[in-house]
Amino acid sequence: MTKTKMRTYSYFFLLPAGIIYFVFYLLPTILSFFFSMTRWTLTKWTYIGFENYATFFSETSLSIGFRNTLVYAVVTCGLKVVLGLLLGAFLTSRILFKNYLRSVIFFPTLLSTIAVGIAFSTMMHPSHGMFNTVLASLGITGPDWLGNTKIALLSVAMVDVWKGVGVATVIYIAGISAIPQEYYEALKIDGGNNYSAFWNITLPLSRPAMNSVIILAFIGGLRSFDLIWAMTKGGPGFTTDLIASIIYKQYQAGFYGLATAGNVILFIAVSVLAFPLYKFLTKSEVNL
Amino acid sequence: MSKGISSNHMIKGIRGSRSERADGRLSKRVRKITMGIVALILSTLIFWIPFYFVIINSLKNQAESADMSMAWPSSFHFLDNYKAVLTASDYMLIRAFINSTLLTVLSISILVIVAAMAGFVLQRREGGRTSSFINFLVLAGLMIPPAIVPTIWVLDSIGLFKTLAGIMLIEVALHFPFAAILYKAFVATLPREVDESALIDGCGGGRLFLSIIFPLLKPVTSTVIVLTSINVFNDFVNPLYFFPGADNATIQLTLYNFMSRFTTSWNLLFADIVLISIPPLILFIFFNKKIVAGMTAGAVKG
Repeated sequence: MTKTKMRTYSYFFLLPAGIIYFVFYLLPTILSFFFSMTRWTLTKWTYIGFENYATFFSETSLSIGFRNTLVYAVVTCGLKVVLGLLLGAFLTSRILFKNYLRSVIFFPTLLSTIAVGIAFSTMMHPSHGMFNTVLASLGITGPDWLGNTKIALLSVAMVDVWKGVGVATVIYIAGISAIPQEYYEALKIDGGNNYSAFWNITLPLSRPAMNSVIILAFIGGLRSFDLIWAMTKGGPGFTTDLIASIIYKQYQAGFYGLATAGNVILFIAVSVLAFPLYKFLTKSEVNL
Repeated sequence: MSKGISSNHMIKGIRGSRSERADGRLSKRVRKITMGIVALILSTLIFWIPFYFVIINSLKNQAESADMSMAWPSSFHFLDNYKAVLTASDYMLIRAFINSTLLTVLSISILVIVAAMAGFVLQRREGGRTSSFINFLVLAGLMIPPAIVPTIWVLDSIGLFKTLAGIMLIEVALHFPFAAILYKAFVATLPREVDESALIDGCGGGRLFLSIIFPLLKPVTSTVIVLTSINVFNDFVNPLYFFPGADNATIQLTLYNFMSRFTTSWNLLFADIVLISIPPLILFIFFNKKIVAGMTAGAVKG
């Protein structure tokens, strides 16, 4: 059997994908560790040790990206986890217009991020954007959504949630739909209401779905670039720069070694935060 | 999976028992209707107003669109605006549409073949030490973002930087993990008896895959095609880095370029947004269930 298996399921099947994946993804990733320690012009490199990393963490314009990326990932992930759960529970209950509502919440996830970013940045225009016009008609002076250094990052995070909550919602819907009806019937017989059904059945039993959402949204948040680039380009100043946008800026400025160090920092951030998070979540899933 | 999503009535069991009074049932009905209407209004406010805003402003003249208001236009400029956008910079948008379509079609064709082959063998060899290591590398690809400048260096060294072949292979490499995982999960549902009877009939591994397994993978192949085509078509970052240059513009890059060029002509910028949102809209209308099922399966299995 093993001999047939060897021949039938030959590793030659992996070769085409393997070569492409290695040359265009794995190899650059491995090389990034070396090039992050060089001063680099694509043709020449000088080894400079950890200088790029030191620069990254000592210059405020660069280290702020690290903090912003964490804030952005935590805020978008947290909101998607909570809103997605509420929407998922709502959209699996007996309500009218269910299919329409599901479609309308899901559709923005398929739109171009750049298009969404441009549309919302015009709506967030401080003097005649739609948001502030509406607020003004209620007698409230709206903030400068993208120009105020204190809230600009959060404004972009809200747009990210608007666009991305649909994915979280459909994952929750799949998870909640898989919960056996008997649990709800048993709870009803014991005199429970909809709220206790949510807290005691839906919430604990949709944990696998929730874990998927947490991991996906968190990693997506750490990696995100398009939306912030379309809406603020890291501004005002560099107050909304994320690691990914700093990589782009350093690349444009010709600091290839420094840009690559940014990539390695992102690599490490994902490995140090997301892998253990994944392990922790799947472990507690078993204990349920 | 899609069946599970589309048909669920979780509170069904909680509803009415025999002892329930008629007025109780009536108030539940009223509540259901009110909740539905409130949800309808909220969803309209949150999701439809942005769409309306973009579409209506793409029909205004330049001066009115500069107001960025929700107001109805005094006169419609559908043909003027859309023609202006399509012909701008020597038909850049049309060239970009061709580039993006070409990129999408070519990279997906390659992706489907190589990922199906890989997913097939990885599933059938599940459990071995080599295949676990490969699985780990594939999973890592879902999480770790690509290293930008080293990738450019590799592309440049083999003469593929700024070429369609280069960006195409990049898209294949970056979408491979997701596609391979979907294929692997689907191959697991195909019984090994299929393979064995084909082997008895004298098929080799290649024949088995090409004439028996690959046709059976059709449902997941269509999921991979739909999901990846949306992702590749909407991809901004990779063309930005690996496929720069005015002749190479992809659809997302034109939008980005127009953003700085049309700072005073919002109507044209919005017309561009409407135009590039049409392909995903069409896919959504036809493949809604497929897209949702694929995304859910990818999330749970990955």
